[in-house]
Amino acid sequence: MTLSHPPALAVRDLCVTFQRNGCETRVIHDIDFEIAAGETLALVGESGSGKSVTSMALMRLLGRQSRAAVTGQVALHAATEREPIDLLQIDDARMRQLRGRRIAMIFQEPLTALNPVHRVGDQIAEVVRFHSGSPRRQARAQALALLEQVGIPEPSSRLDSYPHELSGGMRQRVVIAMALAMEPDVLIADEPTTALDVTVQAQILTLLKTLQRDTGMAMLFITHDFGVVSEVADRVAVMYAGRIVEEGDVEAVLARPLMPYTAGLLASVPRLERAGLPGERLATIAGRVPDPASLPAGCSFQPRCTFAVPGTCDSAVPALASLKAGRRVRCTRAHELIPAEELSPCPQTS
Amino acid sequence: MGRYLIGRLGQSIIVLFLVSLIGFMILNLAPGGPLSQFALTPGMSQADIQRIAAQMGLDRPLIIQYFDWLGRLLVGDWGDSFRDGRPVLEIIIEHLWATLLLMGTSMAVSIVIGIGVGIAGAVRRYSVFDYLATVGAMVALSIPTFWFGLVAIYLFALQLDWLPAGSMTTIGDGSVVDYLRHLILPTLVLSLVNVAIWSRYMRASTLEVLDQDFVRTARAKGLSRYRVLVHHIVRNALLPMITLAGLQLPTILGGALVAETVFTWPGMGRLFLDSIGYSDYPVVMGILMLSAIFVLLGNLLADLLVAITDPRVRLA
Repeated sequence: MTLSHPPALAVRDLCVTFQRNGCETRVIHDIDFEIAAGETLALVGESGSGKSVTSMALMRLLGRQSRAAVTGQVALHAATEREPIDLLQIDDARMRQLRGRRIAMIFQEPLTALNPVHRVGDQIAEVVRFHSGSPRRQARAQALALLEQVGIPEPSSRLDSYPHELSGGMRQRVVIAMALAMEPDVLIADEPTTALDVTVQAQILTLLKTLQRDTGMAMLFITHDFGVVSEVADRVAVMYAGRIVEEGDVEAVLARPLMPYTAGLLASVPRLERAGLPGERLATIAGRVPDPASLPAGCSFQPRCTFAVPGTCDSAVPALASLKAGRRVRCTRAHELIPAEELSPCPQTS
Repeated sequence: MGRYLIGRLGQSIIVLFLVSLIGFMILNLAPGGPLSQFALTPGMSQADIQRIAAQMGLDRPLIIQYFDWLGRLLVGDWGDSFRDGRPVLEIIIEHLWATLLLMGTSMAVSIVIGIGVGIAGAVRRYSVFDYLATVGAMVALSIPTFWFGLVAIYLFALQLDWLPAGSMTTIGDGSVVDYLRHLILPTLVLSLVNVAIWSRYMRASTLEVLDQDFVRTARAKGLSRYRVLVHHIVRNALLPMITLAGLQLPTILGGALVAETVFTWPGMGRLFLDSIGYSDYPVVMGILMLSAIFVLLGNLLADLLVAITDPRVRLA
């Protein structure tokens, strides 16, 4: 990546701290990643790993009520701007101009993400009218074009539908149309297919990829599903307890996870070719995600890790070490474990 | 839609019939009755009383009296008052507009202020304003209306002498300003409680909407705070308020009972109390039927309005 083409989104040292009952709890620790235009980074992790909080922090949507303190740098480099803008430094009014226009977001629950009392056409047109000041008629025409673009059949009759009159997949297409109305440079997709049927899931993923190819937007795709990761992402960052623990190209990470946590996650994905003897159990990771208020000493994953060595893994938080080909891993024993074949808890039965 | 209305109308007729039957029977089962006032009159013999009863039709079996009354009601004859012989409908309408003036004003004031306070309290949850509004509402709800009324009269009428202590108008002065001056104190007292009710409901309703995903979506679209609040939050938070308004409609008739008594306001509440005191059954029954009609109408209006404003609701 050269200086003339800075990443569309560059996150540096992002920390989120919640204030709960007078005491502070840091839930996101020093997240940093970059996404180039046209690239998709998948952010993967279990529930509670901090994926959604990260995305909300990027959009500056963590409400005042949650008393969240966000620090670090979120540099958004819009195609229309010469210099990157640090989203955490600008005032609310400027942020609102960028939100929905240069950086947009789609959500997990397409039913509740839409306002039940407004027609979907109006909800899409609202973005257009608000950001470009187009007159009503023109915004409506644009909403129609967007509905067509996201593959809604009979878009002109769907403009006047209410959200509850559409199927889940259709609703998610409407949410996508809303997010893409202003052709943003960065799209954050927070588990956009989790609530959908598998067949609809595939359609939505294909749609997102097509739209990305057409617009060249950078995409941050949040999911817990490695199947989805391999479908959409170029690179993947695995999160655990508010930290990125591994990052790399999708093929490389899926083929050979370096961090024991990633390996455990991959092993717990059910696979046809791995279906062994009847009654054989699916691999799981013992224990549970730690409470952010009381993280274990040293590596956060150490109490659940089969490779943990007392005195080494529980002494200090391991650094996120950079390896070849943009690969990064946060594991003290990575140098010992990398070449070892036993790293994969489920040996291939070839 | 037409079918739905016909169904509702059918239900309403059944309800009205039951209300009238039960009301009529209970009223006549109560001890005393319209003839009891004559019993103590000196020189009134038993024969005299029976003659009066026959004249008024009160000597007939109760069920006959009921169907006689009902039959007249169906052709628009609400009967005549036992007290002064004037048509019931005429008396009711005379008092109705006084009540509508008072309750209408206080309702409008309370809804506007209550909804505003509710929204502000929800948006600035746990702020100083929110705590003050909450405590204020609790105080207003737990202190009885008559006490507020007496305090208001003592303070603004007796001590400060700013406003009249009661009644709807000064005799001989029919100006609008005079009406308004008489309206202020009872409106104030009635609104205290209603602002409290509306603000609590609106606050709860707004808080519920605030947490919804579509509010987050609206923010993610980059809309202004005002637009998110009005277009997305309040628009949804008002939906349950329509039902509340429908339920409150009948209290426009009966709710002012205490305030009307304290402020000697010549409205429906006082007419009802006085008529019961005089055993003026035709008037009592008339007010009862009118209240029942208001209840049904309020509910129907609320349901229709909800169906119009909430696209998810279908009338069936």
